[in-house]
Amino acid sequence: MTGDPLYLDGVDLTDLGIMLIKVLVAFTFLLVATMFMVWFERKLISDMQNRIGPNVAGPWGLLQTFADGVKFFFKEDLRPENADPLIFRLAPYISAVTAFLSFAVVPIGGSFGGGDSGTVTIFGRETFLQVADPPIGILLLLAMSSIAVYGVMLAGWASGSKYPLIGSVRASAQAISYEAALGMATVVVVVLAGTLSTHGIVAAQSGGVTRWFLISSGIVPFVVFLIAATAELNRPPFDLVEAEQELVGGFHTEYSSIRFALFFLAEFMNVITMSAIMVTLFFGGPAGPILFGMTWFWPTVWFLLKVLAFLFVFVWFRATLPRLRYDQLMHLGWKLLIPLILFWLMFISLKELRAAYDWNWVVTYGSAIVALAVGTALLLAALRAGDRVYREELEDA
Amino acid sequence: MGYLAGFKVTFKKLFEERVTTEYPKEKRPKPPRFHGRHVLNRYEDGMEKCIGCELCAGVCPARCIYVRGADNPETDPVSPGERYGYVYEINYLRCIHCDLCVEACPTEAITESKLFEFSFSNRTDAIYTKDELVVGDDGLPQRQPWELWHEGDDLATSGWMRATAPSGNPDYQNRAGWSGELGYGIRAPEMGQHDRPEQDEAGSNTEEDGHSGASH
Repeated sequence: MTGDPLYLDGVDLTDLGIMLIKVLVAFTFLLVATMFMVWFERKLISDMQNRIGPNVAGPWGLLQTFADGVKFFFKEDLRPENADPLIFRLAPYISAVTAFLSFAVVPIGGSFGGGDSGTVTIFGRETFLQVADPPIGILLLLAMSSIAVYGVMLAGWASGSKYPLIGSVRASAQAISYEAALGMATVVVVVLAGTLSTHGIVAAQSGGVTRWFLISSGIVPFVVFLIAATAELNRPPFDLVEAEQELVGGFHTEYSSIRFALFFLAEFMNVITMSAIMVTLFFGGPAGPILFGMTWFWPTVWFLLKVLAFLFVFVWFRATLPRLRYDQLMHLGWKLLIPLILFWLMFISLKELRAAYDWNWVVTYGSAIVALAVGTALLLAALRAGDRVYREELEDA
Repeated sequence: MGYLAGFKVTFKKLFEERVTTEYPKEKRPKPPRFHGRHVLNRYEDGMEKCIGCELCAGVCPARCIYVRGADNPETDPVSPGERYGYVYEINYLRCIHCDLCVEACPTEAITESKLFEFSFSNRTDAIYTKDELVVGDDGLPQRQPWELWHEGDDLATSGWMRATAPSGNPDYQNRAGWSGELGYGIRAPEMGQHDRPEQDEAGSNTEEDGHSGASH
């Protein structure tokens, strides 16, 4: 399987048309989905707090986000005097564009089971149900989430005000810290699938729930990924960057009007994208039973349902968990998640290598346990030393 | 595992009843001692209760009351006694409805009604003058064009005054410590306060006074 079959025999006008349609559909879907994600979040969180939530704009308040967006367009667009004009304008677009681009590599449909290779036929051409399937798909996702940090960082820096700067430094520190755990949880999946292409990863999970990487990677990478993704998205309980109750707003303090809306668009879009990535990496993507007829229809339905479940989980997090302190956030990321996923990555790699080269399993796992013990001892010693320094600093302060 | 127990709590809330009242569409019944806009009461014979002492203006934390007293005209007195409220104005852009003026008033002249839905569109309307505050000849508050009234809102105009009975006890024990109102006479106690039987007025009065004095 090398890339989308659409482009295998040259590119003609029909191929170009199909490509454009896919781009348009993905773009529109993402915009509309973001709009309803905001509504879904507000409605669900009000349900969890015994409130009603938005219910005036449209049936069940469905058009609330639309009304908010229209309002943002008509607001005055302020730019502080000390702001760097170009970068101040650029930053929201970096955030929004990266949010859009990440979704391009997510396969949102196609039947993968029983010899099918996840293709659908549009206008007589076979193609994947995803905008692009680069051989480095997962790397693109990681790259986009890294570049999104620039949006935050530049926004804070270009605002020409100290509070956004401090907020953006905190935000980028948080994003970079958790990107390590996020990336390594992804690498576990890549090791298991043997490919970086998102399509290949989904194909490797086809054939039943037990083949999903959630199970075959031993759940731990998924849990680490979920926690790291929540932190990466700046969502509660890791939303101390823009803690509404405590700060003015973090990196976007100086932003108003549609530029502010772009940041929020990017944020909610990233929630959807991150849910889609989790479904792709750990839950078999569009895998699910084909109930009747229409083989191209059901996988998309299953995909959307799985994404919806994750959106629910993210809102549930927000309704339930209290916000972490900054030091707690850093402790969780560096001292728990990263060592844990490092070990798990080593263990999974070892397992795969043993299977591939037929190593003696006593030697393999024995050395793994020794390495684990040594590693744990070193880590604990380091943590204790770190704690002592930390406490001394507290006493000095 | 404390974190995980929280998830169950929030999930259960999904299926519970909503507590929100969608205000303009549905309205909750108001509590008996609701603090709404003020009225200036009159005695049963039509005399005004206000004596122009300015205690309400003095106690007002928002400084929204302006009172000037004047001597009663000998031929046509406005209130029993020497003085009466010549000017009485309340600025509802400032009033916080704390009811301290009601507590300060020595003659129960100023009380608060349950009317709170009024939206004026200029300063002159926001400042209620004495003509607007004083009750009408039927003892009911005077309705202003910008006020939204509901059935029965104009009847309960002095609940808080009766709540603070002379003994300081929320349950009514002594004989009525409040004066009559135009259109109502001496109002009955509210909110399940027990009215004292009429016949043994003198006997139990001293007895109960003695008890309450000893217990406090």
